Amino acid sequence: MDVWFFLIQVLNGVQYGLLLFLVASGLTLIFGIMGIINLAHGAFYMLGAYLAYWLAGLTGSFAAAVLLSLPLAALVGYVIEVLLVRTLYRRDHLDQVLLTYGLILIFNEAQRVLWGSDVHGVAVPAALAGSIRLTETLAYPIYRLALSAVCALIAIGLYVVIQKTRFGMWIRAGASNRDMVAALGIDVKLLYGVVFAAGAALAGLAGAISAPITSVAPGMGDSILILCFVVVVIGGVGSVKGAFLGALLIGLADTFGKVFAPDFASFTVYGVMAAVLLWKPRGLFA
Amino acid sequence: MTTALPRPLVLILLALLLVLGLFPLWGKLVFATKYTFFLQKLTGIMILAVLAMSLDLLVGVAGLVSLGHAAFFGLGGYMLALMSPQYEAANLWVVLPLAIAAVGFAALIVGVLSIRTSGIYFIMVTLAFGQMGFYFFNDSKLAGGSDGAYIYVKPTVSAFGVTLVDLDSKLAFFYVVLGVLVGSYLLLRMVLASPFGRVVGAIGVNENRVRGLGFNPMLYKLAAFTLAGMLAGLAGFLAAVQYGFVNPAMLGWHQSGHVLVMVILGGMGTLFGPVLGAFVLEIAQLGFESLTDHWLLLMGGMVIAIVLVLPKGIAGLLIAWTGPRPASEGHDPSEPCERGAIAAPGASAKEPRGTDVTRPASEGHDPSEPCERGAIAAPGASAKEPRGTDVTRPASEGHEQ
Repeated sequence: MDVWFFLIQVLNGVQYGLLLFLVASGLTLIFGIMGIINLAHGAFYMLGAYLAYWLAGLTGSFAAAVLLSLPLAALVGYVIEVLLVRTLYRRDHLDQVLLTYGLILIFNEAQRVLWGSDVHGVAVPAALAGSIRLTETLAYPIYRLALSAVCALIAIGLYVVIQKTRFGMWIRAGASNRDMVAALGIDVKLLYGVVFAAGAALAGLAGAISAPITSVAPGMGDSILILCFVVVVIGGVGSVKGAFLGALLIGLADTFGKVFAPDFASFTVYGVMAAVLLWKPRGLFA
Repeated sequence: MTTALPRPLVLILLALLLVLGLFPLWGKLVFATKYTFFLQKLTGIMILAVLAMSLDLLVGVAGLVSLGHAAFFGLGGYMLALMSPQYEAANLWVVLPLAIAAVGFAALIVGVLSIRTSGIYFIMVTLAFGQMGFYFFNDSKLAGGSDGAYIYVKPTVSAFGVTLVDLDSKLAFFYVVLGVLVGSYLLLRMVLASPFGRVVGAIGVNENRVRGLGFNPMLYKLAAFTLAGMLAGLAGFLAAVQYGFVNPAMLGWHQSGHVLVMVILGGMGTLFGPVLGAFVLEIAQLGFESLTDHWLLLMGGMVIAIVLVLPKGIAGLLIAWTGPRPASEGHDPSEPCERGAIAAPGASAKEPRGTDVTRPASEGHDPSEPCERGAIAAPGASAKEPRGTDVTRPASEGHEQ
């Protein structure tokens, strides 16, 4: 196998992993801080992709579509938190699972009502449409590089916000001991609402920017949800750092699985997860 | 064992069973042309109910939330498809035990590997194994790959050359499945009433305390996991006989999630609850489908409404209705167990430890006591007790680095 081919697969794997991280980071934060198992998280990813498709058609600009879909996804997340999720903080995890399962059904059907069952595509924005030539026969699309760069920037931004700012301190404190945080005078309800909305926005962003390289299709939220749970669990529930490494691991495993063992491609991800959990039953960073 | 359910509830359940059992009589009059369709539909629902009950043993009793339970269901069906000769009938007395044994073996292996983890990690490991099973049948050429496989001739059930039951007859098969449903329920009730079942139920409430009493929780959990897997395999075997067809979707996480919803919706840890959950969910789906194309909206709304309104599922509601009034103290050890747990939901959610201390002898030791106490109390208690802590602990540790 040639070096360039290998490099391209590594780039693909990293790009996929970074995208998974955007979705999984929200999932792990929501679980770590609020203790909510949010099965509907994949629905926000789907929402982002469909909003990008719809708004790109309306405005004619993909960039505008992405920028608009971000606050919209956050708003939907916030409303759901206030109306439904808020009532379940003191309840069993399985009640949350059931409620968010109901949300998946509603989201999927609402998507079908609003946008139909067809598979849609979104054009790569013209400014990023080219590709970089690596050799005579191989090239790498610029959009994928840009996408990786955006995801990497957001990952760094998340790290800075969580580790270096006051808001991040609240988040970390909320994850350790929510009653104590409330006792110190921080509005935990608002904090939770913001975290949930931020998680929804991150997932929506991931869906929006991945729309040009994947197809915008019904059920797209379900498949990414399972992968993100795999990522979160491998990394250790609640750990953003773990989600980052877990996402890269899964992105690379999936990409190389498809190259080396196409017959068992779908197997590799779950194989990696089973292996990690048998080695460390609580994930890498828990 | 003595029945632990409130008497009116037992009567309601028996009445429902009677209505179901007599369906072939009244169904013909009520539904006329659609009678055969409904007969088959009910048979299918009863099979799912057996699957849901087997999952309840894990989720509601032992506190092991599995999201890969359908893998054993599908494997049971695939075993029949693989062992049936193409154009001849298989012998049920051969294929059924072999199928159950194979599924039991698979469950044992998966169980050994997965019960090391707990909480959400257990959910994910079982999901992983379930998906591995799904892709195994989906990607391999064995039994038709993603297209699935047909079972052209149903197995024969005969003794000394005489056919006992003709599985081709939809009516006969309806009663076979009804018998399996009732039999599974009674079997699980017996298991739960046995010393083994009491330890399993106690693990669901507080695993550390069980370990402290000198039991090895791993062995009990493994046995429960294997038993539940075998029962799921039986359900899958029946489903394969009914439809004459198996496909990988039987093993997938959608199926597992669907059954888990039946269990939670019906009321965890009650055994009859998940059965009701299966009927309510499937019949609601049938009704919604006939109303609108967008029936999933109604379905999602119903699921959410039930979570918000009925924290203990349908079974919890029935027990609260039929049981004695909540005014009673609920701590009198001579009272039926559900009263304490259900009548004082606040108490069971707020002070599970306190309750444990006030009646230390009752924690799954006295064989004369009704079994549901641990089971019903479990969901409430678990929010505060080990399962809850297991799940939330890594979150805090993850940020303390």
